[in-house]
Amino acid sequence: MIAQQLVNGTMLGAIYVLVAVAFTLAIGVLNFLNFSIPGLFMVGGMGTWILMRLGWHWSVAIGGALLAAALIALCVERLAYRRSQKSDPEVPLVSSLGFLVLLENLVLATVGSDQQPFPALVPDFNLRIGGLVIGAAQIISLVIAVCLVVWLSIMLRKTSLGRQIRGVAENRDTAILLGVDVGRLVPQLFVFSALFTALGGVLFALNYLQVSAFMGEGIGFKGIAAMIIGGMGSVWGAVLGGLLIGLTEVLSISYIGADFVNITVYGLLLVLLILRPQGLLGRAAAREKL
Amino acid sequence: MSGYQTGLLVILSFNVIAAYAVYLPLSAGQLNLGIAGFMAMGAYTAAYLSNELAWPLTAAIPAGAAASCLLALVVAVPILRTHGIYLALATFALGQVITAVFLNLEVVGAAAGYQVTTFTGPATVIAGAAGVLAFMLLLSRTRFALYLTAIKSDPTVADLMGINVRGMQIAAFAIGAAIAGLGGGLYGHHFSFVEAQHFSVALSVYTVLYVLLGGTQTVFGPLVGAAFFTLLPELLRASQGWRYVFFALFIIGFMATRPQGLITADLLRVFRRSRRAPEAAQP
Repeated sequence: MIAQQLVNGTMLGAIYVLVAVAFTLAIGVLNFLNFSIPGLFMVGGMGTWILMRLGWHWSVAIGGALLAAALIALCVERLAYRRSQKSDPEVPLVSSLGFLVLLENLVLATVGSDQQPFPALVPDFNLRIGGLVIGAAQIISLVIAVCLVVWLSIMLRKTSLGRQIRGVAENRDTAILLGVDVGRLVPQLFVFSALFTALGGVLFALNYLQVSAFMGEGIGFKGIAAMIIGGMGSVWGAVLGGLLIGLTEVLSISYIGADFVNITVYGLLLVLLILRPQGLLGRAAAREKL
Repeated sequence: MSGYQTGLLVILSFNVIAAYAVYLPLSAGQLNLGIAGFMAMGAYTAAYLSNELAWPLTAAIPAGAAASCLLALVVAVPILRTHGIYLALATFALGQVITAVFLNLEVVGAAAGYQVTTFTGPATVIAGAAGVLAFMLLLSRTRFALYLTAIKSDPTVADLMGINVRGMQIAAFAIGAAIAGLGGGLYGHHFSFVEAQHFSVALSVYTVLYVLLGGTQTVFGPLVGAAFFTLLPELLRASQGWRYVFFALFIIGFMATRPQGLITADLLRVFRRSRRAPEAAQP
């Protein structure tokens, strides 16, 4: 029984990992708490559902939803991040929140507020290992999440793009002096971050077979928690935090009760913030921007 | 005044109270994303005291504010060790925990909500908001407000000038929480019902949104922001389901063109100068 819960928690955690990685890219490199990420998560799931209802093949629909999320992220960069570089640190947070309200209400106005059933794309196939039941959709999510995170961490470590990203994260001004084209790099980062979240939304829809206008909020906020627990700006920290949150959530649902989820998850976050503000794998922040 | 207008005025009053609860710590550079939690604390404490212990309204609501303030003092010491974004997220987590605790507290009805037997009319709520506004205006004239601005601009320099930075921050955080508790207490007694679900992340985050929309440079910013946030969706009511879409587009466009908020110190200075003496308004 407990082993099964651990498996379920890990699978749920895989989705949090993707969202937490998206947040950690925005915070670690740009020092920008991007509140539009929950909205992009919803665009991933809901966008796929809308395009499939229009009769598109599921693969094209997923691609279309990811593309939409990337385009929206570019708008966020232009309107929320770039315009408020020189003002108070809380300002980009507000306009990115404006994007969250916009996306949710656009869907609300066109589709309605109901939970919509998402068609089961993955065949109902269960892997049974010694009493453990693992669904095919769960395996696919975990594999995709792990592959993406490994790819991201190799990309950050080995490639020129990764070195530029780490340079900007370390010190923006020095990076500019050394010839990093920040004006081109930042939109790329926004697109990466959007793709990770939107893919999280697609995987969520595949696993839980429902989408709604507000599906991003709860997950998005827990993604923030996962990012902080792991350590802001650390990709592997986001992985650890995401899995930890997923496990905490599933275990507290099955052993304490569903109403206690927010107490355990955010209580964990609160305790950790007080004891170790830089997170489990993070370095202490020297200077930060909201 | 029609029932609709009274209702709108009451909502505006609640928004104004919440706005100042966010504004006070923000003017010291602390972003409190858990204001709904403190409102819940005030609402439940006041409701419990007037329901079960038959306290009069004039004692129960201030007691709710005091409870909220006390909670803030207790958590401020560990929480204010963090700063910047860590502080914002610690308050965010705190708000979630407080709401979740009330959602599970059987004494106050848990998830079913909590009936409040004593009712207070719109006049009390509006008076409460006016009182908070008057208090904030008075406070903005004191050295305390000046200290907070100094801490926001540069905590190190403020410290070097002899300001007790930590003390001031804790005071701003706790007074903000007391205002939130007052708003919560009034809310419970006006609507005769308290439910934990109302005090959600969305409430905290929207409050921060309209405070920043109004601008944090002056004490009038939150008032204007709250008024804007309450009235604009009403004006857009004709567009029905699309009104929040237009509202969000407005927020994005507004923050892109005027990131410092609606009301700024410069703007007020222009007003004052033109009012005082036209001939003195030389550059």
